Amino acid sequence: MQLIYEKSIPGRSGVKLPASDVPTAGALPSALLRKESAGLPEISELDAVRHFTNLSRRNFSVDTNFYPLGSCTMKYNAKVLENSAALFAPFHPMTALLPGGEEFCQGTMGMLHELGGILAEITGMDEVTTQPLAGAHGEMTGVLLIAAYHAAKGNRAKKRYVVVPDSSHGTNPASAAIAGYEIITIPTAPYGDMDLELFKKAMNDEVAAVMMTCPNTLGLFNPHIKEIADIAHSHDALMYYDGANLNAIMGKVKPGDVGFDVIHVNLHKTFGTPHGGGGPGSGPVGVKKALIPFLPTPRIVKSDNGKLSLQTSNKGNIGRTANFFGNFGVMAKAYAYIIMLGKEGLIQVSEQAVLNANYIKAKLKDWYDLPYDMTCMHECVFSASKQAAQGVHAIDIAKFLIDRGYHPPTVYFPMIVKEAIMIEPTETESKATMDAFIEVMIEAARQAESDPGSFAAMPVTMPVTRLDETKAAREQNVCCLE
Amino acid sequence: MGYCPNTEKEQQEMLSAIGVQSVEGLFAAIPAALRAKSFDLQQGMSEFETYDRMKGVAGKNSSDILNFIGGGFYDHIIPAAVDHLSGRAEFYTAYTPYQPECSQGTLQALFEYQTAICRLTGLDVSNASLYDGATACAEAAMMSLRVTGRNRILVDACVSPFSREVLKTYLFNLDVEIVEIPPLDGSLDRAELGRLLDATVAGVIVQNPNFFGTVEDFTALADDIHAKGALLIASVYPIALGILKSPGEMGVDIAIGDGQSLGNPLSFGGPSFGFIAAKKSHIRNMPGRIVGETVDKNGKRGFVLTLQAREQHIKRHKATSNICSNQGLCALRGLIFLSTIGKTGLAEMATLNRDKAEYAKSRLASISGVKLLHSGPTFNEFTLLLPRSSTPVVSTLLKKGIAAGVPAGEYYNGLENALIVTVTEKRSKSEIDRLAQAIQEVLQCN
Amino acid sequence: MEYFFSKEHEWVKISGTTATVGISDHAAHELGDITFVELPQVGKTVKQFDTLAAIESVKAASDIYAPVSGKVIAVNETLENAPEVVNESAEESGWICVLEISDPAEVKNLMNRASYDEYLATL
Repeated sequence: MQLIYEKSIPGRSGVKLPASDVPTAGALPSALLRKESAGLPEISELDAVRHFTNLSRRNFSVDTNFYPLGSCTMKYNAKVLENSAALFAPFHPMTALLPGGEEFCQGTMGMLHELGGILAEITGMDEVTTQPLAGAHGEMTGVLLIAAYHAAKGNRAKKRYVVVPDSSHGTNPASAAIAGYEIITIPTAPYGDMDLELFKKAMNDEVAAVMMTCPNTLGLFNPHIKEIADIAHSHDALMYYDGANLNAIMGKVKPGDVGFDVIHVNLHKTFGTPHGGGGPGSGPVGVKKALIPFLPTPRIVKSDNGKLSLQTSNKGNIGRTANFFGNFGVMAKAYAYIIMLGKEGLIQVSEQAVLNANYIKAKLKDWYDLPYDMTCMHECVFSASKQAAQGVHAIDIAKFLIDRGYHPPTVYFPMIVKEAIMIEPTETESKATMDAFIEVMIEAARQAESDPGSFAAMPVTMPVTRLDETKAAREQNVCCLE
Repeated sequence: MGYCPNTEKEQQEMLSAIGVQSVEGLFAAIPAALRAKSFDLQQGMSEFETYDRMKGVAGKNSSDILNFIGGGFYDHIIPAAVDHLSGRAEFYTAYTPYQPECSQGTLQALFEYQTAICRLTGLDVSNASLYDGATACAEAAMMSLRVTGRNRILVDACVSPFSREVLKTYLFNLDVEIVEIPPLDGSLDRAELGRLLDATVAGVIVQNPNFFGTVEDFTALADDIHAKGALLIASVYPIALGILKSPGEMGVDIAIGDGQSLGNPLSFGGPSFGFIAAKKSHIRNMPGRIVGETVDKNGKRGFVLTLQAREQHIKRHKATSNICSNQGLCALRGLIFLSTIGKTGLAEMATLNRDKAEYAKSRLASISGVKLLHSGPTFNEFTLLLPRSSTPVVSTLLKKGIAAGVPAGEYYNGLENALIVTVTEKRSKSEIDRLAQAIQEVLQCN
Repeated sequence: MEYFFSKEHEWVKISGTTATVGISDHAAHELGDITFVELPQVGKTVKQFDTLAAIESVKAASDIYAPVSGKVIAVNETLENAPEVVNESAEESGWICVLEISDPAEVKNLMNRASYDEYLATL
């Protein structure tokens, strides 16, 4: 397909601007002006509509394909949530920050405050900031809160390390690095969780925090979690909960109850807001009482008479992590999702997500290696090692699935599983959809035996075949030259 | 509910395939002692009741305020095509394009977005977007630390106070010194910068137009900064780039900004997107996703995520940033906006903004006792000096349904009387006249 | 001239007071198509097993450690624009840099080719 710039015809335009009702101003000094207008497309509205509509048809998406991308919780997103978020489009965030402005923003501020309270209840935390803009941004905020906590106790220099399991998301160590921490990585034991003995050996008073995902990235709930938290706390290390996998445990376990002190929640995963082709997300952070003083500003507080106001400065806190109050539009969808589903609905979400994942696991385990064979939570991790022995790798199975109209599962993550295939069906998929997917996965396994050579050419049904990633990385053509 | 489709019968079939008695049996790995003791949420409701509740929430905000405020978010026109095209579920219910063959829609759109950002900023490379303008500022500062191996950042205090706060939050725990240069008449104090600039400085951060609305040329400054081996980082307002000298033309090394004004609604502060563009030599130090052009096995053009070895999922704690996702859908809105407005449209839109603001400026500055902070050039924001504190003036006018501007004294000591007024293309002459009338009345009252 | 190898898969070839350094054929193969070699600065001094350089492929990034202590006196500038040379000839024309060595006795901490091959067999 042509680039939109290649469709450009000089002099064509897509939007008529409102006529000016004011006098023309004198020109700015030429030293302040650009020599030529920026080389943007010159196309009609119809050109744009055809271009982007046709581009959209070159995507797999939840609304068009089963999308069991592990660790990403690609559930169906109800349409009423989109309509709900659109209600808030006109509200300027600066209004709330003007003197006396809070009065005019009680609806939006109230919603954020209430959402914070609901998330605190779901996660077992005492207070939540909605400012972080995505999961990784929430992680960074959480680690900065931990650093501020230790600093307030005079322990900033002493507390140098953050402990993570080797199965963790890469964002965990990357976020800890921004807060200046060094990383200690603990290997995974044969039982599928962070090796408890090695963890005990690694712990000391210089550890600031332990970052865990629970259930972990293998989809397993760590039964030692309380013990891990107790050990961490005995060294005054705080427990950080990566909320990427919260979809598995709503109403079943509250991270705050089992010893976690800080949590981020990926609203775009668990709370039914679409992923937007890579974002926007939203990553509110919940904390236990001891960390409340360090929460970012502006902080929304509710007085006894129910009025919401903004606390814009707070001595000793971590400051501001984003422009305003977070990705409000995403939070509006999450809030609508939560009030629509309610208590029973959310519990059902986790139950059905776990049921669906275990069903797929049960149906495929005769065909694919299951390195950690135990009851999983909301996702299961297979290995294509059996197929790889025939020359068919996880990536080849992924391409086979594309030709059959399925978005592939996550492959090659977690890195501790060779040839990993991580499947997360989510609760919104029907048994019929999963049965059809299972059939295709079995067919792939059979074909890996019978005709391993056939995979190299796949996919053949897409606008492009396999792409040369090496060329892309070496040549770095990341923009179309004028 | 919960959009869980499986019937009781299907669930039973699935349970027997798994070999457990009940769904509860699947949670057996969670020790009883760790189970949630409460789950105190309300009962659910239908989508219709939900929507009504949400209307009720929105209804508690005032929706008829006449906006003359900016502060980083701007009330601009959004062509209807932006909503419709970005509302294609194939875009908004997809995720990060990990599998390029079935994600060419998103990938090509992001490549076109990167191209638009490069052409707007006059720089060579752009990533696929960051969270917002403020976090982009922090990312750019961290990039300059990596590129130069130094640990000192100079920031013009005319840069948005929000961006500066976020910068401090991000860098607080690293061994980095941030030095702020206080404003001189609403502009960069170049003498002070000259005094502070030495071979320990990694990056100098400026904003154009700045928080007071002042438009400056940083071309000569870029040479001075480069002579010391430091990088010039400029935060820019993309609509203004319809006419203003681009960062590339000024010799800027890294340009950043907030993309809200490009087709994203105000939405109480988000989501929008941050953009970052740089000279090609810095590409390996860029944060976040980058889309690159390549070919498939048949030589056909296609697009992939590239230079991933910079990123957290591969480099973990040594990554160029902790960012994982981007703001793909908001960046797509930005691209559709820029494509429909187009080359000449953006220049016209920028000119219209400035014409309206110049009209407002002359109208407001003619009110008795009201002056301009300085006589220098501005774009669609400018700063007035009122005869008394602007804070009560703003709160009084807000009660009359006019957000008259941002009181600068909330963010700068000594500027208690200053009021930063924003006028976009959406404000009519009669609305501007109404603002002038209202300010005049309030000032006369006391 | 004899090659010595580290557990991190660097090789070193010593000639008088200088040592040529690179990554082993095995490492180059494991990384896959190499897209970038971050060469060290000439003049940089390193201790044995310190980070010396870095190397990237499409899906991996790896540090290169100094197999012996010394000062960088030359780098393989060819790799700046042709990183694929490391894939083509990791142990000859794909060399990374030359060090002026400070302690020739450090090779005792390394493996000769036979031991390295044995070590590879255990991985």
